[in-house]
Order: sequence, then C-alpha cells, then structure tokens
Amino acid sequence: MNGLARRVMRRPAAVASTTWLGLVLVTAVGAPLFAPHGPLDQDLNHVLSDPSSGHLLGTDELGRDILSRLLYGGQSTLLGVVEALLVYLVLGVTFGLAAGYLGGWVDWVVTRTAELMFALPGIIIVLVVLSVFPSNLSAAMITFGVLGSPGLVRLLRAQTLSVREELYVAAARVSGLSRPQILRRHVLPRMISMVIVQAALFAAIVVTIQAGLGFLGFGVQPPNPSWGGLVADASNVIDTDPWMLVPAGVPLVLTVIALGLLGDAIRDAAIENWSLSKMAAPAAGVTARPAAAPDTDTDAGVPASDGAALLSVRGLSVEIGGTPVVQNVSFDLMPGQTLGVVGESGCGKSVTALGILGLVPGGGRISGGQCLFEGKDLATLSPAELAAVRGSGIAFVSQEPMVALDPTFTVSAQLAEAVRRHRRIPRRAARARVLELLDLVNIPDPAAVARRYPHQLSGGMAQRVAIALALAGDPRLLIADEPTTALDVTVQAEILALLRTLQDETGMSVLIVTHDWGVVADLCQRAVVMYAGQVVEHADVNAMFGQPYHPYTQGLLAANPHLAVEGEPLPTIPGTVPAPSDWPSGCRFSQRCPYATEECSAGPVALTRLQADRLSRCLHTDQLVLEGGRR
Amino acid sequence: MTTLDVRDLTVEFRQGRSRPPLRAVDAVSLQIGAGETLGLVGESGSGKSTLGRAILGLTPAASGSVHYEGKDITRAGLRERRALSATMQAVFQDPYSSLNPTRTIGQTLAEPLLVHRRLERAETVEQVRTMLDRVGMPGDTAERYPSQFSGGQRQRIAIARALMLSPHLVICDEPVSALDLSIQAQVMNLLADLQRELGLSYLFIAHDLAVVRHLSHRIVVLYRGQVMETGPAARVYSRPGHPYTEALLAAAPVPDPEQQRARRTARTATTLAPPNTGGCPFAHRCPHTVDRCRTERPALRPTGDSGSAVACHRFAELHPSPAETSNGKVPLV
Amino acid sequence: MAVFRMVLRRLLSSIPLLFAVSALTFVLVSLVPGDPARTIAGEHATVAQYTAVRLQMGLNQSLPLQYWHWLVQAVHGNLGSSLFSGEPVTQLLSNRLPVSLSLIISGTAVSGVLGVALGLFSARRGGFMVKAVDGLSLFGLGVPPFWLALVLVEVFAVKLRWFPAIGYVSPATDPAQWARSLVLPVVSLSLGASAIIAKQTRDSVLDTFNKDFIRVMQANGFSQRSILYRHVLKNAAIPVVTILGVVFVSLLAATVFVETVFAMPGLGLLIQQATLQHDIPVIQGAVLYITLLVVLANLLVDLAYGLLDPRVRAA
Repeated sequence: MNGLARRVMRRPAAVASTTWLGLVLVTAVGAPLFAPHGPLDQDLNHVLSDPSSGHLLGTDELGRDILSRLLYGGQSTLLGVVEALLVYLVLGVTFGLAAGYLGGWVDWVVTRTAELMFALPGIIIVLVVLSVFPSNLSAAMITFGVLGSPGLVRLLRAQTLSVREELYVAAARVSGLSRPQILRRHVLPRMISMVIVQAALFAAIVVTIQAGLGFLGFGVQPPNPSWGGLVADASNVIDTDPWMLVPAGVPLVLTVIALGLLGDAIRDAAIENWSLSKMAAPAAGVTARPAAAPDTDTDAGVPASDGAALLSVRGLSVEIGGTPVVQNVSFDLMPGQTLGVVGESGCGKSVTALGILGLVPGGGRISGGQCLFEGKDLATLSPAELAAVRGSGIAFVSQEPMVALDPTFTVSAQLAEAVRRHRRIPRRAARARVLELLDLVNIPDPAAVARRYPHQLSGGMAQRVAIALALAGDPRLLIADEPTTALDVTVQAEILALLRTLQDETGMSVLIVTHDWGVVADLCQRAVVMYAGQVVEHADVNAMFGQPYHPYTQGLLAANPHLAVEGEPLPTIPGTVPAPSDWPSGCRFSQRCPYATEECSAGPVALTRLQADRLSRCLHTDQLVLEGGRR
Repeated sequence: MTTLDVRDLTVEFRQGRSRPPLRAVDAVSLQIGAGETLGLVGESGSGKSTLGRAILGLTPAASGSVHYEGKDITRAGLRERRALSATMQAVFQDPYSSLNPTRTIGQTLAEPLLVHRRLERAETVEQVRTMLDRVGMPGDTAERYPSQFSGGQRQRIAIARALMLSPHLVICDEPVSALDLSIQAQVMNLLADLQRELGLSYLFIAHDLAVVRHLSHRIVVLYRGQVMETGPAARVYSRPGHPYTEALLAAAPVPDPEQQRARRTARTATTLAPPNTGGCPFAHRCPHTVDRCRTERPALRPTGDSGSAVACHRFAELHPSPAETSNGKVPLV
Repeated sequence: MAVFRMVLRRLLSSIPLLFAVSALTFVLVSLVPGDPARTIAGEHATVAQYTAVRLQMGLNQSLPLQYWHWLVQAVHGNLGSSLFSGEPVTQLLSNRLPVSLSLIISGTAVSGVLGVALGLFSARRGGFMVKAVDGLSLFGLGVPPFWLALVLVEVFAVKLRWFPAIGYVSPATDPAQWARSLVLPVVSLSLGASAIIAKQTRDSVLDTFNKDFIRVMQANGFSQRSILYRHVLKNAAIPVVTILGVVFVSLLAATVFVETVFAMPGLGLLIQQATLQHDIPVIQGAVLYITLLVVLANLLVDLAYGLLDPRVRAA
C-alpha cells in the first residue's frame, strides 16, 4: 500500500488533485474558522458586488459573501459524499466479494438483484425518495449509494472470479489456507486499488448529482447555502450579474475533475507495477529506412548474397524500444527449400521472421541489414510496396490458431477477402476458390467449415484455415512462426505433413521458426540456430544433427529428453540466457560454455565459414568436433 | 502401503441444460507407491489435469474414491484438506501465474509454514533460505518479487514452496511444459535429485511422452478421460500396447532427421472428433477398429507383462505373445 | 432466428423489472406524509363526503390490493389522473415524451457521432490528439450539465442571441425552430458524453490493433483500409456500444436538469414538478415510462452485441 501511495504521488496530476481536495476538505470542515463572514449575514448595501477586499468572491443578491457561503456549503457536500460513499463501499464490497468467491446461489441472487438495480433510472428514484422525505438530503444520498453499488458489485465480482482462477490461489488452497485467509492475503490486495479508483469516480458523480439536486431545489433548503443552491442563485440573477456563475460553478467543476484525475492516477499507478512494458505504438507498418551497406566487419565468413536465392538476409539487425534484439543475422533460402530458425525464448527468432515482413511488434524497427526477396530489398520498400509483396510473395502463419482469425467474420468471408485481395475475380468465383483452398489444406466438408465462425473450430482446424488464408495469394515463401507449438502432438504431426505436401505441390519455400528440434528434423533441409540475438550456427540439417559445430547447438541436442539415458541425469546447459541489457562484448555463450577460454570473452566472435555450407560462431569448433559428442 | 490409491474416479462438468454433463475423468484407477513416480500422459481433453485437481480437492469428484496413505480423502472437508496439505503438495504448469505477483518470494514460501507450524520469525526465514538453496536459487531471492525472475527460476521457486512442509506426494501438473529445452532439463534433474534425497512420490502429469518416460517409473496413458494403457515406463515407451500410445509415439517428431523421415509413413489419419458414443473413445481414429470397438467400452485388462494393463478389445490379436509368434503367426503391427 | 429468441428472452426478463420498479415506487409514495383524500375532499367536507372520496380513491384497501388495482388499470392503459391538474396521466406523459425523446436521442446521436470520430482520429494520429481527448473527457466528467447549460444560455442566447434561451417548438409546427431550440440543450448534454465516448473508442481501437489476427492480416497482405474500417472497427465496436447505452441512460437523468434550465416541457421537468407537488399518480406513471425506455435501450444494446459478435449469439 505504501508503494502504491508513493507511485501515485509521483504523478503531477495526482499531486494537484490531492492538494485541491485537501483544501476543500480543510476549509469546509473548518468553515467557521476560515470564512470571513457568516453564511447568512446580509449586507444590503453591497448587493451583487464584484470581488473586493471585504468579499473575495463578491456578494449575492442579498449581499451575502459568496466565499463564506461556498465554504459552509462545502459542509453539506462533504456530508453527502461521505454518506453515499460509505453505503456504496459497504454494499459493493460485501456483495461483490460474496458473489465472486462463494458462487452458487449467493452469486445468482446477487447478480439478478444487481441487474435489476442497474436498470433503475437512479436519479428518478432519488427524486421519488425526496418527494417522500423532502429536504432530507441524507435519505437521498443513502439511496444514491444503494443505487450505485451494483456497479461496484459487478466489477468486484468479475475481479474476484478471475483472481479465484489464478494458479497462486489454487496453490494457497493446496497449502491448506482457509477461505478467509485466502481472501485476505490474495484476493483483497488485488482489489484495494480498484476499489479506491471506483470510490474516487463515484465520489465525483455524487458531488455532481448532489449539486444538481440542490440546483433543483431539493436537499438543503434556502437560505442555508449549498453548492447547487449557489448555482441556482446565480441562475436567478443571470440577467443582472452573469459572472456569479463563475464562483458558483468553478469550485464544483474543479472538485469533480480533481476526483476524476485522482481516480485515473491511482488506476495507472496500480497497473504499472505488474504489467509488462506497454507497447509504444501499434504495429501499423514499418518505417522505410535508407539502404545501408550490411555490416560485414564481424562476419567475414558470410558469403555474399546468392543470386539464385529466393530470400537472402544479410546483417539484419532489429531494435525494439531502442534495445537491440536481433543482430547481424544472415542466411539464404533457396526456392523450394525449408529453413528452420531454431532457438529458445528470447533469442530473437520470431522478431527476425517478423522483421523480414516489416511487422516488428512493440514499435520496433529494422536498424540495419538487408532482406533481398527476389532481388528487392524489403527493408527499404515503402509501406505500399511492402503491402504488395505480402500475401502474394511472402505469407505468414502464426503460433496461436485460435486468435489468428477475426472472430466476427466467418471463415468464408475472411478467406474470400484474402483471395480477392490478390485476384480480381467476382464474388462467386472467390467463394469457389475458398472451397478449393479449404480442400487443399485437407479440411473435410469444406462447405460446412466455410460457414462457421472461428470460435466454432478446433485448434487443428483453425490452423489449417490460417494456412489456407496464407496460401490465398499463391505465395512463393511461407513464414511460419511456431505453427505447431500450441497444438496437440497428433495434430502437430498432421500439420507438419500438410506443410510438406503443400511444399511438394506448390514448390514454395518455407521459413519455419521453432524451438522443437523434432520439427526441424522432420521438415527442414537447412537450419539456423540463434542465441541471444545472433546466429551461432548455420548448416544442412543432416550435418548439424550428425555433428554440431557450436557448443550451444550441441548442448541443446543433448538436453533433449528423447535421447535421455535411463537412470542418468539429463545433460544440461548450466545458467540462463543473458538479457539484451546484459549482452557481453565477447561470445555471448561463453559463460555457459564447457569449452570457453579467455579468448572467448576478449572480443566479439565472428561467424566463420568452416566448410562449403557450414557457418559457426565459435573459436573452438575443432576441439568440439574432436571430442565428438558429449562432454 | 500405497501412498496414493485412486479407484474408478469420475469427474463431471455441467454443460448447460440441454446437454449431458461432460465426463472429464471417466472411471480412472491408479496407484502410486512411496518414492515412486507415476507419469500421467495425455493430450488436451484427456482429463489429466482435472484428475490432478480432483486428487488435490480443487475439483469435486462425482464418483469413485481417492485413498491417501490409507485414508479415504475423496470427500474430505476443509479441515481434513488442511491437514492433508502438510503431506500432499502441488507444482503447477504456468510459472507466471502460480506465484502471487504482489508478494515477495519470502512471503509466498512462508505461507505454508504459517498455516501448519507456528514458528518464530527467525526460524521461518531460516527454513525459507534453506529451501531456496536446496533448489539452487541465490540467497537474496526471498526479498524479491516474481516479476524479477525467469520462467525456469520461478518454477524452482514453486518447487521450493511445494517442499516447505516436507510432503510425501507432490502432484506435478505439466511443470516443465512452459519452459525452454535447456531449462526443462535443469528442472527435471532437480526433481529427480529431490526425489532421491527426500523419498518423494510424484504424480507427473505431462503431454510429452519422452519427458514423462525419463522421470517416471510407471506410466498411465489417458485419452478422453479414460485409461488406455498402464505399465513400466520403459516398456510403454519402447513396446506400446495400445493403438493410441502407438499413435502418440509415432506423432512426436524425434530430433533425428533420418529416423524422423522413416517414421513418416506410420501415421494415423484425421483428428476430427465426434462425441463419445459409448464404445472405445479412440474408435473413430484407430486403424484397427472393428464394430465391437464402437459399441462396447474395453475394460482395462492386465497383459501379464509385469504390471502392465491395456484397454483394447483386440490387444491379444494385435500383440500375440512370443509363444504364438513362433507358431508362425505374424503380428499385425 | 437466434436474434428473435434473444429479443424475446430479454423482453420476458424485463417484466419482473417493471413489476419491481412499479411496486417499489408504489411503496415509497405510500409513505408520503399527509392524506390525499383529505386534500381532495377539502377541509370542510363532511365525514360522509370524506369517506366517499377515500372509497373512490381506494384508500380503504390494503396496500397490496391498492397496488393490484393500479396494476390492472395500468395494463389496460389507464394510469389514473394527476392529483394536481386532473389530466389523465397517460395523456400528460404522452405529451411530454416527444420533447424528452428529442433531447435524449439527439444527445446520444450527437455524442456518438462526435465521440467516435474524435476517438478514431486520435487513435490514428496519436500525440497531441491523445492529450486533447483525455483533457476533453476530464472536462466532460467534471462539468455538470446544468451549469454548462446556464453558461451556454448566457453566452449564446442572451449575449449573442443565436439560439432561444427557453422553450420548445414541436417539429410538426416548425422544424427549423425545433432544431434551433434543441441546439443549446443538446450541446450541454452531449459535450461531456462525446468526450467519454471518444476516450473509449480510442482505447478500444488501440487495443484491437494489438491483437494477433490484425498482425496476421497485415502480414498476409490485406489492405490497410479494409483492416481498419472493416476488421478493427467491428471488433472495437462492442465496448463503444456499451458506453453508448450507458450514455443514453445517463442522459435520461441529465435531461431532468437541462429541461429545467431551458424550461422545456418534457418528462424530466414533469417529474421534478410532480415531486414537489406530491402528485403520486404522475410520479408512478413517469417512473414506469422511464423504466420502459431504459429497458428498450438495453435491448437495443444487446441486439447490437448479437449483430457484432457471433460468440454472443451462441450464448
């Protein structure tokens, strides 16, 4: 809680709001001390006068000091807010928590009641109450608190339900904590900031409504002052003294705005603690960058771009938010070939693939290198030119099939749009083509599936549809970002078989990003291994599996449970991957490498060509080969 | 005495007014002895996680029984569960949501101690530190928050939490599935070491047969809530008895290009799944299906091979014993 | 078909609400101090006359029975007569309804159009527009509509004489004047609301833009225009529709104040006056009408959900 308060106070808006609200609170409570005049003191010689030393905000039509009336009026505002807020919080928290955590019939009753109350037009009911208990502001405020509580109930219930499903609550239950203990230790702390935010916003509404009621003549009766009443007074003399509207209304406006700002500040401060860094801007496309020569200094071993290659990447570097994530990546992909980009999380493999397409997430950008696709450098194309290449030249399949399709359109609608984007054909022809595509990806009963919505498909089928979408433009290169990771192993096998068949039939190349060596063994002819943003090995797959040329590759292959020996511990790579901010200037793998020497950390290690088709970023490959296998 | 004895456990979920309830776990039986690891394998929808949760009391059982160290805990109330939690613990799959992000590691690890043992603050801190050390985490871990650690590190912390009360049985629900390969290996070695040191039993739930095989003594294969096969880990892996186990093994790609390409031909077809009609749940995908498979649910029968059992009508046909083979009969698979 | 069933279900589930609201109102007003029969019969009435009035008004019966009679009458379209003016309540309300509806519907429409446009614009441009929208929405939350109305009247009606300060002209009589008489009230109602809608639109659009399927579409060459106007808008619309519903209901409340400032003969002003005069039948009838409006608004929102999101239709 202290941490939250500190974070909130770091925001200028919160400081300003708290100052103003504090001022209002102090002066209202201490009105007898601070007010220069009594609230009912009349001075008929100075009616409707302008601000002066005696009356800082002027006087009203009976010569009463406006400032004093404001201060005393604040008391009824304060009282009203406290009453409404208390009722709101007590009812909202109790029923929201009960409904969310206890579930069952308690939840049912609370939800139905809340729904009913939501539909009640609040102000009308308050007016009815006022007609029954005239000028009883407390009754009105309590009613308003009751009518407002369903909002809090609904929010708290939703929050409790979601927290209840969190694994750490399950872990607490397994540890034997009782329900009240779990509520107190795990559920409530998450709620507190939300409750405070809602309280601030509700208070803002209460102040407005109360002023409104005062304006209409309900609540505090004249001659006693209230903020709403002051506005009513001002409206009465609007012809002779329109300026009275200002002191009557501005404190009201400022208070409500202050409460709103405070609520927002608390909300932002609460999330920032445990949310990941926010994406700076939507990935609306890449910014074209003038062509620069690829940095060949550190990678002397990399051959020049192969003219026959479909895709030739040289020295590709990508930054996200100013931090380099991918550095100096180079490889060639021939027509009809499958290349695997392999590595663990954080190595930069996905970013590389997205970088080729010009769609780096999180507002990132290509900071160097070139991606020659059929001779054109993708990194230098304008957004329009790039859009022309996407879909028809290069297509994309992503990892999570269930979120890869627009949930609000049918399969047929989306596929038809893809088809018509690349071919100018009438609707009927497009629909026929859609069925052809679905058939191409081995979907049984294409007509029925075409009519469905994405949420009605299983994971495997959704991925097939996503592949069909990618194929709509007859691409020459398909980039697949971990296409089978989210699927069951039997479904995975079918998708891999499908990709192989498609490749045989259409002759397209595939760039597949994966962490699964089995997938590499199944699908790829060549592979690129990435570690900490760099390429560490590049070779033919058979050769690489037979004898890796980099200690990381060797370590990964050995750590595979498939090769485990019963009774012996699995060979592991000690330590963890360094984060981009911790990348050493020497070999990034040296701290975890069994072959490391001082030389390795002395300076950057270049990617060297060891044989016709094999590259490795290691100074000790010969030693590795000599020792042949596990260490 | 068996540590965990599950008999015919069934867990159902309601599916609205018009449809029959979903049987996530359908009459499953299994046993785990002291110091033993039982691997529970299945794909999504197999009910493996639900089974784990039912044993832990997080999900109610519709029928059947769960006996723990002799006592029937199937419908244990809150007080019993509390006592149980001192000896039966869990490690969950998602390292990112299994630790409360707003509490320090120290507070999270101290929690089980709070409930069960009234210790002095100094003692609690000491025990927390010892446990963190045991799982290979540095000393200052206790003061930091989960967001400052990687997935693998958080999983170690989760294991430390599970061990705070020196349990006898730890239910591991896909503990390494969300981790990178190299980290996976580290955590698996840690689990194996701890088992040896502390004599723990594990119920190891996973979808990857290779992972399960490495750590388990015995394996149970689940499909659609029903047991398809059980047996010693090595045997299930090298000589599967049930067509589904075979399919699982055939589908998982091996990191060996030549082997993988040779295996391509031995794959089963479509995965479109119609609802269960009362027969064998695998009938619609099995290459050996006959009429009986679609109408009659096969019982789990021992195969005579050291503690193995298979639920398949055609097991005897498809896997004739060596004596029969020598008579000239050719195995079908 | 599913849509029809949903509408039916919604309407049916609203019936208990109408019961609850009318019963609640009935109970509340029965607590009003004073004896309406005495008021009507007059101070010099004989016991016989007084009793006759009581009988006629049904006040000798138990409360639930009185409510039942009222209910039966209400279902037949008879909501009683105003204690103040003697006019049939239904007639009174029907005269006032178009005025309020003009205000509320135009207010919602204006804030909706303005808000969505502003929100979209600030989502695409970013930078200064974001701050502007944020500031405006704070302004919208903070400025009470009745105060704003007064300021607008002072500036635009009294000083500049561009628009009438008070009064309402029926569209049947003079459409141009009708429009003119609506401008200031609608502006005071919709300024705040449009800012809130703009903020929600912007947040919603930005959220949708970050979704996976948008990136997949971009990567596969879908046109930027189609992505924005077809896919992003449709997916971002649901929270905006929700807010529109909320705005409609809150305008129902705000209209009470605005009608007072502009002296427009609508439901809001009627309720305020009826409250001051303890005119029970009018209060009950007005509450019923307003609740019906709220139900209708919620129904429209639900229908919109169903149209936009197929997952909702299945539920």
